[in-house]
Formats: sequence, structure tokens, C-alpha cells
Amino acid sequence: MDNTVFTLLPLMILVGFSLLVLVADMMLAREQRPALGIVALIGVIVSLISCSWLWNAPQTAWSDMIVSDHFALFSYIIFLVSTGLTLLLSMRYLSEEDIQFGEYYALLLLAATGAMLMASGLDLMTIFIGLEILSISVYILAGFARRNERSLESALKYFLLGAFATGFFLYGIAMVYGATGTTNIKVISQVVSEGTIRSQSFLWIGIALLVAGFGFKVALFPFHVWTPDVYEGAPTSVTAFMSTAVKAAGFAAFGRVFLSALQPMHADWTGILWILAVFTMFFGNITAIAQRSVKRMLAYSSIAHAGYMLIAIIAGDANLSSGSLLFYLLGYAFTNVAAFGIVIYLSRKGETEFDGKDYAGLAIRHPWLAFVMAVCMVSLAGIPPTAGFMGKFYIFSAAIKAKFYWLAVLGVINSVISVYYYLRVIFVMYFEKPAADYVHGTLSLGMKIVLILSVIGIFQLGTVPGSVMALLQNSMMVFQ
Amino acid sequence: MINLVWLVPLFPLIGVFINGFWGRKLPRSVIGGLASAMVGLSFIVAVLIFFDLLRQIQADHHHFYHEVHLFTWISAGAFEANIAFLVDPLSTLMMLVVTGVGFLIHVYSIGYMDDEPSLARYFTYLNLFTFAMLLLVLGNNFLLMFVGWEGVGLCSYLLIGFWFEKQSASDAGKKAFIVNRIGDFAFILGVMLTFSTFVNLGDFEGNALNFYDLFQYVIEHPTAIPTWTFSLICLLLFLGATGKSAQIPLYVWLPDAMEGPTPVSALIHAATMVTAGIYMVARCHVFFLNAPDVLAVVAVIGVVTAIFSATIALVQTDIKKVLAYSTVSQLGYMFLGCGVGAFTAGIFHVMTHAFFKALLFMGAGSVIHALHHEQDIRNMGGLKDYMPKTRWTFLIATIAIAGIPPLSGFFSKDEILWYAFSSEFGHWGLWLIGAIAAFMTSFYMFRLYFLTFHGECRVDHHTKAHLHESPSVMTVPLIILAFLAAVGGFVGIPHVFHVPNLLHDFLHPVFAEGTERFMHESHGAASTEFLLMAISVLIALAGLFLAWNFYLKNPKWKEKYESALDGLYTVAYRTLWNKYYVDELYDLVVVKPVRWTSERVLWKFGDGVVIEGIVNGVAKVTVFTGQMFRLAQTGYIQNYAVSIVIGLIIVFSYFMLK
Repeated sequence: MDNTVFTLLPLMILVGFSLLVLVADMMLAREQRPALGIVALIGVIVSLISCSWLWNAPQTAWSDMIVSDHFALFSYIIFLVSTGLTLLLSMRYLSEEDIQFGEYYALLLLAATGAMLMASGLDLMTIFIGLEILSISVYILAGFARRNERSLESALKYFLLGAFATGFFLYGIAMVYGATGTTNIKVISQVVSEGTIRSQSFLWIGIALLVAGFGFKVALFPFHVWTPDVYEGAPTSVTAFMSTAVKAAGFAAFGRVFLSALQPMHADWTGILWILAVFTMFFGNITAIAQRSVKRMLAYSSIAHAGYMLIAIIAGDANLSSGSLLFYLLGYAFTNVAAFGIVIYLSRKGETEFDGKDYAGLAIRHPWLAFVMAVCMVSLAGIPPTAGFMGKFYIFSAAIKAKFYWLAVLGVINSVISVYYYLRVIFVMYFEKPAADYVHGTLSLGMKIVLILSVIGIFQLGTVPGSVMALLQNSMMVFQ
Repeated sequence: MINLVWLVPLFPLIGVFINGFWGRKLPRSVIGGLASAMVGLSFIVAVLIFFDLLRQIQADHHHFYHEVHLFTWISAGAFEANIAFLVDPLSTLMMLVVTGVGFLIHVYSIGYMDDEPSLARYFTYLNLFTFAMLLLVLGNNFLLMFVGWEGVGLCSYLLIGFWFEKQSASDAGKKAFIVNRIGDFAFILGVMLTFSTFVNLGDFEGNALNFYDLFQYVIEHPTAIPTWTFSLICLLLFLGATGKSAQIPLYVWLPDAMEGPTPVSALIHAATMVTAGIYMVARCHVFFLNAPDVLAVVAVIGVVTAIFSATIALVQTDIKKVLAYSTVSQLGYMFLGCGVGAFTAGIFHVMTHAFFKALLFMGAGSVIHALHHEQDIRNMGGLKDYMPKTRWTFLIATIAIAGIPPLSGFFSKDEILWYAFSSEFGHWGLWLIGAIAAFMTSFYMFRLYFLTFHGECRVDHHTKAHLHESPSVMTVPLIILAFLAAVGGFVGIPHVFHVPNLLHDFLHPVFAEGTERFMHESHGAASTEFLLMAISVLIALAGLFLAWNFYLKNPKWKEKYESALDGLYTVAYRTLWNKYYVDELYDLVVVKPVRWTSERVLWKFGDGVVIEGIVNGVAKVTVFTGQMFRLAQTGYIQNYAVSIVIGLIIVFSYFMLK
């Protein structure tokens, strides 16, 4: 066994720990089950350590099906950060919702494994397998509150439409294979740039199907339709995971395919992505304004953010694009998990209305919680000195460098629109009187850790972005 | 030690966070002590840095400039924004003044604000102000300086309007903010022009915001940039300085700023913030020396402001107003120094002025505190028996600002006047006006002193019964400052006395390279210098003598003089009392037209009809669209599938049709 097998070490660790969780689940009494979350958390941390171990020796393995370049490893870090934070949120939440089952933690780890496979796949088939591992885990997680109708409904919707999209994606792979005679990303890139394609129209149909497939996963307009219902129906901790890790996985694979395999055809596919990005941003932001529930608002906001992220891919320069994309995704992971964490804390089984008593006057009842939520909203709106600002700054400057001036301008206009509904949350928290009959809850330790880490992350990325951006320089070097 | 310079702004920032977040829960005694301790720690670090720097310069006199790079905030092409500090004699001196005087004022505030309910808010702002001022002074590039520049502007707004329930206070806060905004706008334009000028130079390789890179380039390539570019840059920068340092035409905010708590006036409007403009001009002396016309403008504006506000101060009766106009006048002297190329002298006056003006304000605060917020000197008098410590320290400060040797003000003011006379950029006319203003300074300051502390007590009975000296938390800072105001001048003894001029030697490396192409050591004869010095002293004593007679010894003199001048006196008095009607003029020329335009044209029509129409229209369309989109979210999975298929068809057709 040569040492290329260790290329998959972070994934293997997660799989191992998910099995460990399942075995331990059988031996633990019901009230001891939150401990499984700790086991899963240890798995995440060990996996993170193995990432840093792999960092200095990027390599490919298994006949070029897997690569561990900086792009893949940094994506791992994003997935692991978001998985770790989600685990911390979940332990108390599951008990409160009365769905404390060990499979939850195992599925979360498996979903992260699938996400990693998508980011490191150097072959369309690998990416597809990763996509399936991820998707099936998340279908189950979305319906995990099995006594809750909305949760079940959302799982079923997600599954049916997801199957639909998976079909598109697989057809897309088949078409690309038909056109180029390979599914390997490096080879596709070669064939395309040498112009030895067998059938141009096959390739175009293939690309169109891939766009639809990825568009579904990352929630681009008009493939986003499942997002609001599923995000709202799923247990909130799962929504936090979906909006960060799953979206990041989709974008990692999206970036890998379009910025590497299809990079030589850059001029051909930017047009349609340009249109999708603009529609996605406008749709997400405008509809978010009309929302009254914070959870649903965050769902639409997550659609809008997919639009911003797509701008990075459109810019098309492998280094600049992938660097700004990953930076944005990391900042978004910190911000969104924390925001959903606060939604979890305030929702207490049931709808979370904007003007409801849960958010009004939060600043008086819970100044720290209101502060964290305000930081998250400011970061999502893209106001300095937060991660959200720097992320947008890098993405828009990548667009400007690639001469997509209008796209950058439209992105900025959309940021301005979004300020309206993000600041409304802050307004309600700080300027409205709290309801008199409000009962104080307590924050679990896990939740506290999530909020503290997120605030640190948001400010760290917002004030000292240079150190992280330095890691992302030449992130796609290996396979170019 | 120099590498730890980031600790200096960090301590006040910690204070901001602690008092800002937990202040309301902290016991009152802790809040002020904590805030003061944070600035005190900064001062200790600053002193250690000072000695470290001194040691390094003694070892190798080229070793006077240090940059401490913390991190790069944004880097995009040629634009690189660094969070980095510079430590050189100039910034170290400013740092010492800001933290040292700032510390004393923090301590004093504990006593002065003892009955203030929102104590935590007060000390949070005060610490935030110190932090911003330190950023301004220590930043090694224009951008960081601008952050501090805006920060002190914000804090001054917050502190002037600290008692915002009072209409006049919140108005004064707004006035300061708006007037400063005009200056800030010019300043940032100057910075942008600098950036774009240098970025477009072929052989400029440094960072076009970094002071060192910019100035070194200009020194090495004196002709690379046309003079008119420098003139424009310097004019914009100087306009920024007139806002922050209260010079004509943007001085109007400073006298009104007296609405804030008195320690704030001491800290912001005497010792620190207002010196930002002088510091900036001194920091950019390389630019200014390349724009001799602008330098002349600086000198003229400085000296005109000096005499202009000195005349206003002659007749004011509010103790803080007199001090405010005297501040504007003294700042004029500092600009005069910079304008004639004597940057060291300007900075020297910044330092001594920080001592005696902070002392004057705090002494005035002590009086106001004792008299339960009475500020009119016509209702004071005879306080010397009740408040001996305040009286003696106030007297020392008065002698210092009047320019009577050997107290500190004499040395710094005389150095400025000497350079105004003798430097290549100087002119005897500048000296003359400066000297007349010095006479007025001496007169109005002693008038203030005599009316407040001598003569019969005009305080009402009720207050008089409670008259007492302020607590030692207030008087000890006064005594320390009085000591500094008395001996602070000895660090800058003129060269004619053939003793080392310590301050000059310390600051010399900062200005040496930039100035040597333009200036030579002062070339006036020693006899001339002695003569002028003697005249200065006589002038100051004459002011003292006149004030003493007018307000204490022979009030008849005053009456005689008034009746001799009769009608003219009344007109002059009324003009001065109304501060030359400048506020009214600005109101007529600027505020009213702007109001009219904004109300009739912009608000009623522009905003009311056009903008509101557009905004409301957009908002309505947006909300409507949002609602439509919301309706499209039916929840039926069949509809969703249709949407996805439509999307796919669009993508297909894009590829097929292209």
C-alpha cells in the first residue's frame, strides 16, 4: 500500500467515527446520547488535524480520481467548521425536540464525507458519488423530526426534486463523456483546449445539464424552488448545515468542474451563468424582503448569497475565483451557523415571526445574543469590518479584474437591497420593546461556544483577511 | 520596546470595551479608575518607548524611524491598506503628550463628573477618543491617519453633545461635526490626489499611502512632481487641518464646543484633537516645503487667526469662551510656525500649549464645579481666598500663556515669533501681527485671572456659603500640570543662550532631510534675536500691567479710555462681543441658502416628488414583486418541478441559440 492512500485520510477518519457513533449508540442509554455528539466532534477535530498534515504535500491518488490540493483541503476545512459548529448546536436542540437519536450524528459525519469527496473529486464519477453520499444523508436529516409533518414534507420534497436533479447531473456526465471520451477533469480540460471534441452539441447539452444539476444543489434561480420549503421544514440545526456545508460542497464541485475542466470554454458558459447569477441575486433579495419569519428570510438570503458566490466562478480566473469563493464560503459558514443557532434558541418549537415577541427587545433581555445576531446580520449584509464585507470585496474585485463591471455593479446594488431586511432584524432587536411575559431561557454550553467562535471568525476574517487569503494563493495549482 | 507600540492604542481600546459593554454594571468608583488606568498604562509604555528611541538615536542617529507592521487589512493591486505604526521623535512626542495630559484629564474627570449619572458612557467616549487620537498620531500611512482623524471627529461630536438633553449642547455637537466634515472632505480629497499622483508615477515603487515611501521619494526626486500638484495637495490637506485645528474659515465650531463637560474641553479642544492639524502639517512637511505658496497661506491664515480670535477674547465674559478663543489664537501661532518652516517650533508650542491650556481649562472647570456651573466671570471674583490651589495653578498657566519668562509659553511662542521674523519663509509683518496678538493674549488672560480670582466676590450668597476648594483628585492633576507648564519650556531654550536645545535636537532628524534643501539654520544676528526677545517680554508685561490697572487697581483708567474713544468704543466693543458677526454671516451666506435650497428645492420637490416617488415606487414594486414571488412558492411539488424544467429549457436554449 503506497502512501497515496492517505490522500483520503480526513474522509476515512470521518467514516470511522460515524461507525463508532453507531456502535456506541447501541450501548448508551437514551439520556446519555448527547455524548455521541462529543464523539462526532472529536472525529471532526481529528479530521481537521489530518487536513493540516496533508497541507504541505498535495497529491493525486487512485488513477487521478482524487486530488488533495489546497482547494480540496481548504474546502474540507469549511465543511468541517460547519459540521463542527452544527454538532455543537445540535446536542441540546435534539433533546428539546425529542429526536435525540444516534443516527443523526453519524449521518452528519457521512454527509460531510460526501461533501469532501465532491471537493476532492478529480473525476466526474467521484464527484457524483460524493454528491449521492451527501444528498442521501441530508434527505434523511431533513426528515429527522419524524413526528413533525413539516419536517417529513420537506424531506420528501427535497428527495423527489433532488432525484430529479441527480438525474440531470448524471445525464450531463454521460453527455460530457460522449463528447470528450472521458470523465476525468484534467483530461476533459485537455481535450477541450485541444479542440478534439467528438460532438460539440453533446458537450453543450452536457454543460447545460451540469448547470441545472449544480444549480439545484446550490439553489440558483430557477432551480432554487425547493429551498424555502425545505429550509423551513427541516430541523433548524439541519438547515444550518444545509445552508453552509451542502452549499459549500456544491460550489466546490461547481468550481472544480467549471474552473478547471471547462475553463478553456470560459467564454461560452459565462453568459448563461451571468444571467442566472443576476436573477438569483435579485430574486433572493427581493423575496427575502417580503418574508416575516426569520428562518424563511435566511433561506431566501441564502439563495441571494448563492448568486454572489456564482460571480466568483463567472470571473473565471482559477486562482482569483477559487480563492475568493472559498474565502466567502468560510465566512458564510461562520455567519450562517451562528444566525441559525440564535434562531434555534429563540424559536422554542414553532414559528419564529419577525415581529413576534421573540426578537423584539432582544438587546435588553439578552444583550450578548443580540450583539452576536447583529454581527451576523452586518456580516451577511456585507458591512465592514466583518467576514461578509471582505468576502464580497474579494469576489467583486475578481469580477472587476475579469472585466465583468456590470456584474460587480449589480452585485453591489443587491448588497444594498439586502441591507434593508438584515437591518430590520437589528432594528427589531434594539428598538422595539420586549414582551412583558417573556421567559428567560439558558444558553447551552455548545451554543455559547458556537456563538463565540463565530464572532471571532467573522471579525478575524473581516480584519485580518490577509493570512487566510495567503493560504488560498494558487489553491488549484496541482491540477493545472 | 518600540515593537510593542501597538500596546499604546490597545489599552484605551480595552477600556472602551470594558466600560462600553459592562460599564452599567460596574460600580461607579471602578469606571473612572479603570479608564484612567488604561491611559496611564499607555503613558508608561509611551515613556519606555521614548527612552528606547532615545537610546537608539544616540547609538546611531540614522536610526530614528521605525515602522511596526501589524497586518495588512486590504491588499488590492497598488492599493494596500496596512495597519502599521510609525515611531519617530515626532510621533513619540505627540504620543507622550496625548497619553500624559490625557491621563491627568481622565483622573481629573473622576472628580469633576462625580454627580454624572451616565458615567460609563462618558469614560467610554473619553477612552475611545484617546484611542482614535493615538491612531491618528501613530499611523504610518494616510489611511490609518484618516481613521483616527474621523475617530476624533466622532468622539468630539459625542462628547460635545454629551448632555444631549440640552438643546444648545446637541446643536454645538452637530455644528462641530458638520464643520469638521467640510475639512475632512478636503483632507480625504488631498489623500486621494496624493495616491493617484504617486501611483501613476513610473518609478515610484513604494506604497502610495505610506508616509515614509512618499516623502523619501519626494526627497530623492525633488522635481518628479510639478509644483502645482503639490500646491493642490497641500491646499486640500491644509483645508482639512483648518477644520480639525479650528483656523479661519472653519474655526466656528470650537467656541461652541464649550457646551461639553469642561474636562472634555481640556482634553479635546485644548490639548489633543485640535493639534491634529498641526501634527499632520508637520508630518507632511516634505510636501508643504515643495509648495511654498501654500506654506505662505498657512503662515498668513495662522497669524490672522491668531490676532482675529485674540481680539474676540478681549471682551468675552464666559470663562470658557475666553479660553476657547485663546485656543484658536494659540493654534494660529502654531500654524504660523509651520508656515514659516519652523516645524519644530510649531510642535514645541503644541507641547507647551497642551500643558498650560489643559491646566487653564481644568482650573476653569474647578471654578465652575465649585460655583455650581456658573460660567460668567462677572459673577465671580475674589475666589483666591476660597480656592488657593486652583488660583495658584491658574496663575502659573496665565503667566505661561502670556509669554512671560521663564515659564514654558515664553520659549515656544518666542521661538515661533523669531522664526516668523528670520526664516526664509518669514516676514517682519508676520512677526509684527504675531507680537500684537501676544500683547492681547497677555491682556485678556490677566483680565480673566483678575476678574475671576481677585477683587470683590460677586458670587451670590447661597453659593458663597458652600464655596470650597475642589477635591484632591482634581487639584493634584492641576499641580502636576502647573509644574509642567512652568518648567516645560526649558527643553527648548533658544540657541543664542548656548545651551543645548533638547527638543530641537530630538526632533531634528525628522525634519532635517526634508528641510535642508530649502532652509538653513536661522541666519539672524544674535543681537536681533535678543532685541526681539526683549520686545516680547515687554509686550507681555505691558498686557499684564494694563489688565492689572483696568480690572483691579485703577478701574477709572478703563472708564477714561472708554469715554475718550466714545462712539468708536461702543462699535468696536459690540463687534467683538458679537465675534465679528461671523456666525451670523455664515448663517446668512451658507446656512440659510442651503436651508432654503434643501427645503424648497431638494426636500419639497426633489425629495418629496422625485426621490420619494422613485424610492416609494421602487419599494412598492419590490415589495409587490416579493409578494408575487412568495405566491409562486405554492408548496406543490409539481409546480416546483415545472420551474426546474423551465430553467433547464432556458439553459438549453442559451447553448443552442448562441
